[in-house]
Amino acid sequence: MSRVPGFRALCNGEAVEAASIPCVPAAEFRERVLRAAGAGRRLSALFARAAAGGQGLCAIMADDARGFLHVLFSEGTGDFRSLTPELPEAHLFEREIAESSRISIEGHPWLKPVRRSLPDSAGFFRENGAEVHEVAVGPVHAGIIEPGHFRFQCHGETVHHLEIQLGYQHRGVEALLAGGPDRRAIFVAESISGDTAVGHALAYCSNLEALAGVCPAPRGEALRAAALELERLSNHIGDLGAMAGDVGYLPAAAYFGRLRGEFLNMLMALSGNRYGRGLVRPGGAAFDLTESMAKDFSARLAAARADMSAVGELLFESASVLGRFEETGTVSRQSAEDLGLVGPPARASGLDRDVRRDHPLGHYRVQRITATNETAGDVLARASLRRTEANRSLDFLRELLAGLPRGAARETCPAPRAGLFAVVLVEGWRGEICHAAETDRGGKFRDYRIVDPSFHNWPAVAAAMRGGEISDFPLCNKSFNLSYAGHDL
Amino acid sequence: MTALAGLLAHGAALLLLPPLLLGIIGKTKAAFGGRTGPPFLQPYHDLLKLLGKGAVYSRTTTWMFRLGPVLSLAAILVAGCVVPLAGGSALSFTGDAILFAYLLGLSRFATITAALDAGSSFEGMGASREAAFASLAEPALILVLAGLSGSSGDLSMTGMFGGAARWETASGLVMAAVGLFLVLLTENSRIPVDDPATHLELTMIHEVMVLDHGGPDLAFIQYGASVKLLLWSSLLVRLLLPDAPGAAGWAVWALGVVALAAVVGAVESTMARLKMPRVPQLLFVAICAAAFAMMFMVK
Repeated sequence: MSRVPGFRALCNGEAVEAASIPCVPAAEFRERVLRAAGAGRRLSALFARAAAGGQGLCAIMADDARGFLHVLFSEGTGDFRSLTPELPEAHLFEREIAESSRISIEGHPWLKPVRRSLPDSAGFFRENGAEVHEVAVGPVHAGIIEPGHFRFQCHGETVHHLEIQLGYQHRGVEALLAGGPDRRAIFVAESISGDTAVGHALAYCSNLEALAGVCPAPRGEALRAAALELERLSNHIGDLGAMAGDVGYLPAAAYFGRLRGEFLNMLMALSGNRYGRGLVRPGGAAFDLTESMAKDFSARLAAARADMSAVGELLFESASVLGRFEETGTVSRQSAEDLGLVGPPARASGLDRDVRRDHPLGHYRVQRITATNETAGDVLARASLRRTEANRSLDFLRELLAGLPRGAARETCPAPRAGLFAVVLVEGWRGEICHAAETDRGGKFRDYRIVDPSFHNWPAVAAAMRGGEISDFPLCNKSFNLSYAGHDL
Repeated sequence: MTALAGLLAHGAALLLLPPLLLGIIGKTKAAFGGRTGPPFLQPYHDLLKLLGKGAVYSRTTTWMFRLGPVLSLAAILVAGCVVPLAGGSALSFTGDAILFAYLLGLSRFATITAALDAGSSFEGMGASREAAFASLAEPALILVLAGLSGSSGDLSMTGMFGGAARWETASGLVMAAVGLFLVLLTENSRIPVDDPATHLELTMIHEVMVLDHGGPDLAFIQYGASVKLLLWSSLLVRLLLPDAPGAAGWAVWALGVVALAAVVGAVESTMARLKMPRVPQLLFVAICAAAFAMMFMVK
């Protein structure tokens, strides 16, 4: 029996009748989620939704081994006891539920608001002691980065605890999308996190297609996958350059920076925007790739691969760089599993999770991609994982461009049907993007929920800093390069 | 007359040349990165810009905060008087080497106290790092000075760095040069010890101490840092290159200093910064090199 009893199982990108999803009392809901977690399923999303009798919960659990997603609702009444003591990966989700709904969760260690209330009104964790000192950084930083507040409890140069306070970029994205779909929605989806425009737009469009019951044009699906991989390439390469810059290794920083531009330029040629905005649209892709452009892309990708291997050697064979990367900011496999990490940080710590392989959607059903792994969990592992993934993406793109499906790039996508629930997972460059939508009787979104990979992964940054040097924080943070906007929504 | 000309030349080189070294380092780094980089004279423009600005002082600071940059620059400039550039130093007497070491110490003390005065956690962190690494760089300097005074039989800087290449103690010279070069990188907060180009407060050493200074104060600090770079470069050049009288001596010296700036730029472009706990290990290497230099030179 591959399906966990008590859940509604569905595939990635499948819409089911909302009424077919079991809705159980709160205590039973907790039992079932814990049982499923014990059976190896991980929590992809947990949020509050309107239910009979008030507000209840919805859990989406991913079974990576079998490729199913399991959904469960709870009724709106009863005791909501916290999952966190048994299931630490629920920690941030429950804090978010506590601040955004009327549900009161019992037994959670600290229901500090994550994004909606005034960021520092809730106080901070503080360590006491004669020689302990506190260093507070942000939300305004010296570089051009997003706002976030970091508070270190240090003993000399050693970090005992790091608390990360975000929420400065809360724009109410989910509220903007609820009640849709409307003409504005796709632009909202593209700006959930500016550097993941393709990833989030793809998740949003796949959701609309599932709810409308249409299959997007195969050529459009291929073009979307190409854009997603180009987005991954530009960001992974950019991150490698930024990590080199953080340790003061200039040549690699400069060359990787130049190389990142190549991929952004290809996205520009494909969509008219360096970040791929405007390409992914419901029903397929808004723009097509001509024969000559595809040839040109192949040539540019081949050149980029040669450059990448040369610069990669420069970075990864420099002893002084390895000395900085190795054994810095280590996240153990156990911590990664407990915190429910996704994407490159999870794979760098030895977890084998990749939505493109485990829950393939769109073009990834036709053309498989090999997942990559590292085991050490340190900055070096996260860096070399990015390098390997970038190479795999290049392989994937070469194959894709050679066998681009024929036909139109876009089909028409009608309005969503009524009373459905759909979940889409997309492996963005940061990891698993989860969009869950539920339509009401009029076919409008009753609820639209988004989980950016950063929401899963921010606690890992704090975990990686424990016992480390405070001077390693910028490098460590860069090796994760999480989104503030994606977390804050 | 020639004495006066020498003095004037010394003063002019000491006061006007230093920012150019920063420009050379910047250009070298840009060349390694495949960029054009800012013009050689950019540091002068930066200093002028800063001098034309006003300064903002936090209410938590006291007179120490304002004194810091002035005292630091003054101490470095006085130290510049006893350092031989080409020909000799402006001021030379027995034991001026000790004055040199202590003036640099005074300059550092002024910067550190001013940083602590601001009361920010960043600056406290920077101050503790600077003090820790400086206390390890100092023994290396003292050992090099001891070796040189032992071999030259002179206790003045001009005598020790007389420029007469003592090739009979070549091994000692090489060791002394290695020690001095590592101390130069540390004292001037260059890679691999510190990264002067970073904007990341948590990783900085020297830069984080001066975050709260602005305008003319910052200009004093940056100018002082460049003068310090010139002084250390000059010591190294005088140690390795032969001296010549008059203009030829100045040409050799200027060439040496410029080449050294390019070497510093090349080091910065080809290696990453060390992990902070590794920096003391580098300084132990400097101390060992200096100790061997002393043993080879003082027989």
